[in-house]
Amino acid sequence: MATLTHELKATYAFMERNANLVKRYWSWELVWLVYSIANSLSVSYIGLGMVMIAGAQKADGQYLVLYLVVGTLVWRYLSIIFYWITDVIGMERWEGTIEYTLMAPIWRVTHMAGQTIFAVLYSLVFTGIILAVTVFLFKIDLSSANMWGALLMLLAGSFSFIGFSIMGSILPLLFPERGSQMTHVIIALLLLVSGVYYPVEVLPALLQTLSKFSPATYVLDGTRLALLKGSATRELWPFIWPTLIMGLIAIPAGLWIFNQAERYAKRTGKLHRNG
Amino acid sequence: MNGKSKKAVLRKTNINGKNRVVVAVDHVSFTVMQGEIFGVLGPNGSGKSTLIRLLATLLLPDDGDIRVFGYDVVRQPMLVQRLINRVSVEASFFKKLSPMENLVYGARLYGMSGAEIRRQVVEILTRLGLEERSIYKPMEEMSRGMQQKVAIARALLSSPRLLLLDEPTTGLDPRSKLEVQDVIRELRDDHGTTILLTTHDMVEAENLCDRVAIIDSGKIVALDTPHALKNNLNGGGSEITLEDVFLELTGKNLVAESHGK
Repeated sequence: MATLTHELKATYAFMERNANLVKRYWSWELVWLVYSIANSLSVSYIGLGMVMIAGAQKADGQYLVLYLVVGTLVWRYLSIIFYWITDVIGMERWEGTIEYTLMAPIWRVTHMAGQTIFAVLYSLVFTGIILAVTVFLFKIDLSSANMWGALLMLLAGSFSFIGFSIMGSILPLLFPERGSQMTHVIIALLLLVSGVYYPVEVLPALLQTLSKFSPATYVLDGTRLALLKGSATRELWPFIWPTLIMGLIAIPAGLWIFNQAERYAKRTGKLHRNG
Repeated sequence: MNGKSKKAVLRKTNINGKNRVVVAVDHVSFTVMQGEIFGVLGPNGSGKSTLIRLLATLLLPDDGDIRVFGYDVVRQPMLVQRLINRVSVEASFFKKLSPMENLVYGARLYGMSGAEIRRQVVEILTRLGLEERSIYKPMEEMSRGMQQKVAIARALLSSPRLLLLDEPTTGLDPRSKLEVQDVIRELRDDHGTTILLTTHDMVEAENLCDRVAIIDSGKIVALDTPHALKNNLNGGGSEITLEDVFLELTGKNLVAESHGK
């Protein structure tokens, strides 16, 4: 019981620390929010642009806008989680605190849990603000959307993304100088194959096959069904269960890989080199 | 606490584009008694910090046996981690966060609760000479000396049984240095904390340490009380200092190295 209390306190320590960092770096957070809103809006305006380019008969502007809005929001939500988790080592390397955190008497799963819970909460709030601005500007009608179903889909998808993110977080551990930048390649490949801004059917056969292994594909399809078509939550199940299974495999696998990488870093003296 | 090591740590370094294996700590063997202040002296790059990192579970030895209060640092790292803390030469903190925020974070990882931490942070930092208002300002606004005091407070908060101090007073002004040395003595005298201290300050080592190991090129070249180390060196009538001992035991190698280049 004492051990569990200790681990819970440590989980909270990471959440509280990250909240304090967000508070202290508030100006950066503001810049990041404005950038993200501008980014989402510029992608969503492509929907209206297509009506002008292709003609009103060929394209339903409002549907396209909502299709792209869902894509940008889901992607923003998942990528924020990804970056917070993959930064679990990178941020501490930059600050120079990595050795102190890794010599603390806590389980690595506790370390990851604190970082992950914060990442999910932060991402929900951040994405919520972008959603509110987007809905206001495009006067999107979400009255028939299944909002709770979409939220459930996002949360289920988070699990699998958490596992992938933990795997990605070993890069800054193994490559002190450029590890953080290397994580971008994972997110770029997922963006390519997951159908964020287009149906995966437009992709070549090989990429379509890869899309089946990306949790984002299922999250995007499920969320679009819930928001665009207002599908009932039970109809989202075919998209929920693959992400849960991926999470069930990816999280333990990610933790195992992280532990191996940590041992390697300790064996080769890579912890104390600041990137 | 004892550490025996055969080729304890091998480091790969890249010199002139070629990978070389450097033995950072080699066949080092010593035991530190409970409640002892044990000094490790050595020139730059002699393996002092590597030794501290091995004890702190931050490096894994290639060979040998390192035990802290009977626990194996490789096989039982969490049991060791509960008993130790460390102050390194560079005060490593989240620079935008305040000392209070940094220390609350650090202490929670050792199972302490918020209210207790906050009370102790104020108590320890004011004891170390920090003004209370600076406890709530970002670390980046503090001098290096003040940051080092916060680093010492971070280590003290977890009440370690073994405190690893890697050049803790480097960069501190003379008054701060004395304040820190007082705290180190107090920890040993009042709390029975075992302290392993690396330093370049020979006066500090002589004043604080019960025993001193002099390490050079990853090997211990002498280990005894400061008094005995000085006695063992024939001064030819002049008074011998610990610095004389240090230079005698490590200086020859440096001269030989410089001639070899």
